[in-house]
Amino acid sequence: MTDASADQSKWSMVGKDPWTMPIEKIDLSHPGIWQANEFLPFMERLRLEDPVHYCAESAVGPYWSITKYKDIMQVDTSPEIFSSEPTIGIVDTYDEYTLPSFISMDPPKHDEQRRIAQPVVAPANLKRLEHLIRQRVCNILDELPLETEFDWVKEVSIELTTQMLATLFDFPFESRHKLTFWSDAATAIPGAGVVSSNEERWAAMEECLQVFTGLWNERVNAEPGNDLVSMLAHGEATQNMPPMEYLGNIILLIVGGNDTTRNSISGGVLALNENPAEYDKLRADRSIIPNMVSEIIRWQTPLAYMRRTALVDTELGGKQIKAGDKVVMWYASGNRDSEVIDRADEFLIDRDKARQHLSFGFGLHRCMGNRLAEMQLRILWEEIMQRFDMVEVVGQPERVYSSFVKGYTHLPVRLHGLS
Amino acid sequence: MVKIKFIEHSGQEHDVETNPGASVMVAAVSNGVPGIDADCGGACSCATCHVYVDQEWLERTGEINPTEEAMLSLSTDRKDNSRLSCQIQVTEDLDGLVVTMPEFQF
Repeated sequence: MTDASADQSKWSMVGKDPWTMPIEKIDLSHPGIWQANEFLPFMERLRLEDPVHYCAESAVGPYWSITKYKDIMQVDTSPEIFSSEPTIGIVDTYDEYTLPSFISMDPPKHDEQRRIAQPVVAPANLKRLEHLIRQRVCNILDELPLETEFDWVKEVSIELTTQMLATLFDFPFESRHKLTFWSDAATAIPGAGVVSSNEERWAAMEECLQVFTGLWNERVNAEPGNDLVSMLAHGEATQNMPPMEYLGNIILLIVGGNDTTRNSISGGVLALNENPAEYDKLRADRSIIPNMVSEIIRWQTPLAYMRRTALVDTELGGKQIKAGDKVVMWYASGNRDSEVIDRADEFLIDRDKARQHLSFGFGLHRCMGNRLAEMQLRILWEEIMQRFDMVEVVGQPERVYSSFVKGYTHLPVRLHGLS
Repeated sequence: MVKIKFIEHSGQEHDVETNPGASVMVAAVSNGVPGIDADCGGACSCATCHVYVDQEWLERTGEINPTEEAMLSLSTDRKDNSRLSCQIQVTEDLDGLVVTMPEFQF
């Protein structure tokens, strides 16, 4: 458990009783309960008592929380009512720090830009990458020490996802750790560890743009390639995009491919340790891995929410939502909705319909890299099971201070070889 | 009963008999036909039940609605006979329908 005293904000709900506090005061947006891993009962109460919930006062202003699976599905599939513009984060951004990218655009511009980037993570391209991904997974796993404590987040989760990003961008391999830094900086709350101020964050973004402009210039004059930079530089809808839009899309692809899979890699290890009977099922039958990957992604829900903004007055779950209101779809809550997901509070690697989780979102903005994420996790677990009897968690995990990126900064483990 | 033939990308055929009323996606999934993921469970919001409808059947499968069109338009494997099988209602009129699956659902 993380030290709750680290979170002294007046908005923090850490330590409050989710079942007796006034329901209108529940504020899922504050990062404290996410870092302290106390968010589940707050979401459960909202699902039971007030599934479309209005929080009138918070550090990020008033907003609606959507907590049931079916309501989330409805919002996610109604872009004409619930817009992804101006941003999909709960915090309204200010012009000078706004990075435009297709995740925060509506049709038709969203569709045009997404179509350019999509082929690089489409299954046909992934099939070509599978061998390389497996090789890199094997290299990482073969370097790990047996029977010695180390940090799984740093040595495996971050290392693997960073290598994958470098591959997709055809980014200089030896400088790949810059991708991780830019990704962390892009989503960081100033003062929470990665950067100390918005200015520092912006300096990191400018460095990112500079390096990627270099790669763009290099590739725009070369033959079109299969990497993301080349695709953007040669794509009809993207070749003339202004620098800030290029940066926005690069950051989107870095964050999308980094934070998310990283935290599902860590979360899977933790979930199997907390559910030893499931680890036994996996040892007994490795063909369960593809199904387990979906269950890990549901269980982790690496992005806790996506935000929309109502374009018109509308009704949802009997509540009147006004044009301009912030609407937050809590995927982390919908994924625990027992009305749709059988035994939703249990981690079951062989569950039926494991793919029907909300973690990738649904509709036009559904996660573009979902197949890449699944493939990385599948290969990783196939290779883990070839080498280790157990990845044992030997200390408390530390979690990210964020209500958006749901993940881990530290996960101490010890590896036991096959007996 | 209505007969539907599903052909995998590899050419492997699966003949299924189903009752009218459900969708072609449900007919595939409930009969264990591989190659249809249907991640959203039939809500026309993921495009992982993509099929190519045999040309002679295309007209009888009905119109593509705007939501389906939007999802299909983002698919990398879109063709002029692409449909989302969750949006094709099984009717007596479709007895003998033939659909082919793309190599990947995405």
